[in-house]
Amino acid sequence: MRWPIFLARRLAALAAVLLVASFLVYGLLYTVPGGPMSFLLGNRSGTPEQIAAIRHQYHLDQPFLVRYFSWLGDALHGDFGQSLVYRQDVSDLMSTRLTTTGLLVLYATGIIVVAGVALGLLGALRRGPVDTVVSAVNSVFLATPPFVVGVVLVVVFALGLGWFPVFGPGTGFGDRLYHLTLPAIALSLGSVGFLARITRASVGEELGREHVETARSRGLPESHIVRRHVLRNASIPVVTVTGLTVAGLIAGSVVVENIFALDGLGSLLVRAILQRDFAVVQGVVLVLVTAFVIVNLVVDLCYSLIDPRLSPGEAA
Amino acid sequence: MRTRLGPTGLAAVALLAVIAVVSTCAPLLAPYDPDRPDLLNALAGSTGSHLLGGDALGRDILSRLMFGARTTLLGPLITIALSTVVGTALAITAAWSGGRVDAVISRLLDVLFAVPGIVFALVTVAVLGPGMTGVVIGLSVAYMPYVARVVRSAALRERNLPYVAAAWLQGRSAVAICWRHLLPNLRPLIVAQSVSAFGFAIIDLAAISFLGLGVQPPSADWGLMVKSGLDGAMRGRPMEAISAGVLIVVVVVAVTALGDRLGSRQGGAR
Repeated sequence: MRWPIFLARRLAALAAVLLVASFLVYGLLYTVPGGPMSFLLGNRSGTPEQIAAIRHQYHLDQPFLVRYFSWLGDALHGDFGQSLVYRQDVSDLMSTRLTTTGLLVLYATGIIVVAGVALGLLGALRRGPVDTVVSAVNSVFLATPPFVVGVVLVVVFALGLGWFPVFGPGTGFGDRLYHLTLPAIALSLGSVGFLARITRASVGEELGREHVETARSRGLPESHIVRRHVLRNASIPVVTVTGLTVAGLIAGSVVVENIFALDGLGSLLVRAILQRDFAVVQGVVLVLVTAFVIVNLVVDLCYSLIDPRLSPGEAA
Repeated sequence: MRTRLGPTGLAAVALLAVIAVVSTCAPLLAPYDPDRPDLLNALAGSTGSHLLGGDALGRDILSRLMFGARTTLLGPLITIALSTVVGTALAITAAWSGGRVDAVISRLLDVLFAVPGIVFALVTVAVLGPGMTGVVIGLSVAYMPYVARVVRSAALRERNLPYVAAAWLQGRSAVAICWRHLLPNLRPLIVAQSVSAFGFAIIDLAAISFLGLGVQPPSADWGLMVKSGLDGAMRGRPMEAISAGVLIVVVVVAVTALGDRLGSRQGGAR
């Protein structure tokens, strides 16, 4: 398959998936017991005139599909409606928090790539006791939920040693990164274990290949062999897994932001659910899902680009 | 069959069995009522009568851990059972029918893949309100496509084997072939897959309870205990948060190790 056709097909599929997913997100919230009026009114019981006014304000007097498409159309223009609780535009609420979440995910990605590949290489190149210890550490990393890591980090580093600030996002770029260090570690630890596993397996497999044996028998220095012959070939699965992990971090950030009281999209979402602020829930979920799907698509495209043996379309 | 699990696998099975027994027999084994506050024991350290001390309300932490194992593990168990049954049924239907049915089911799965598990569970919680029901339903739907994808590709391979054609020629019905022949042959794969998924489900459910959207207080739950223990940890009494957190990690390590053994045995047999 040619690249332009492949790309067009993938983008069309992406649009279709997002359309159905947005319909699900929008529609599900209207299946709330008691219907939309129950959360619009809250605990108050309105007069018939008030109820009619609210119905009109939120277009509840129009058919469901009309409402959905007008919501979707507005959302495409960046207008997600008004928050019931904050009396503010949902897009304003989200845009201030998008940076925090974005920075957190980027920071965590950096940690995952550096620490994951380093641990994986350590295990693959130094077999024996080092490998056993690294593998055991990886299993524990993989099994530890971000919120447990977060609590441990808060207790040890922030309260015990006092090296890092515990809560809040900080001001200015450097200070922000400083504040984000513990949350980023909490978010990334599980993925570090996962990436280290993949790196170890992939490098281990390449080390046993015939072309590596050949290079070795020709007397090339080991460091040269590892750099030129092993790492390049082993990088393909590593890149793919890294990408998929980043997509997973988007969901993980919801939990981590809540531990460290970071004002990101995730804590906005959790608060909105507790307050039954549905315009916010719909907006944030749509943004998270879109980011998730786009990252996945980019990973898929990279996969075809990196490995010339795969023509586009056979990557799956 | 047991012996082929190896020492790691056997240790994992033993550990999980102990936890299962302790949680089912919690009323007999727990030294105290897990919900009874005792202000004299509030944030107390470990003593002879309270081995792990008390939480902020003075409830016995050890007893709460024992009872908490029930909610912490029952939710993921139901989640995995639901997603495995529905996912397997969809996958086998897709693989057997092929053509348009397969296409529709595969597209449906693509849409579900687009929503991260925790986010989907949060949406169902937004609809049904905080509590275990919403979380379990949401996570079951979110985990279902992962089961279905693995089972579908295995079922496609299996479907083209000669014994299926032979059974078909003998006049067996499609349902009978799938139920009596296809499903038993896929069982090792399905079991390995669901054991691994169980580990992820424990983490996800505990995380949602930690956020305050899953199991509700005063119920004992490990995820919730990590959350409520955070206050004690801030005051230098991290026992509640740490013990619950360590238990989650230990159980998930055991479950993942078991899943890996089952998975590699499955791979080796092919």
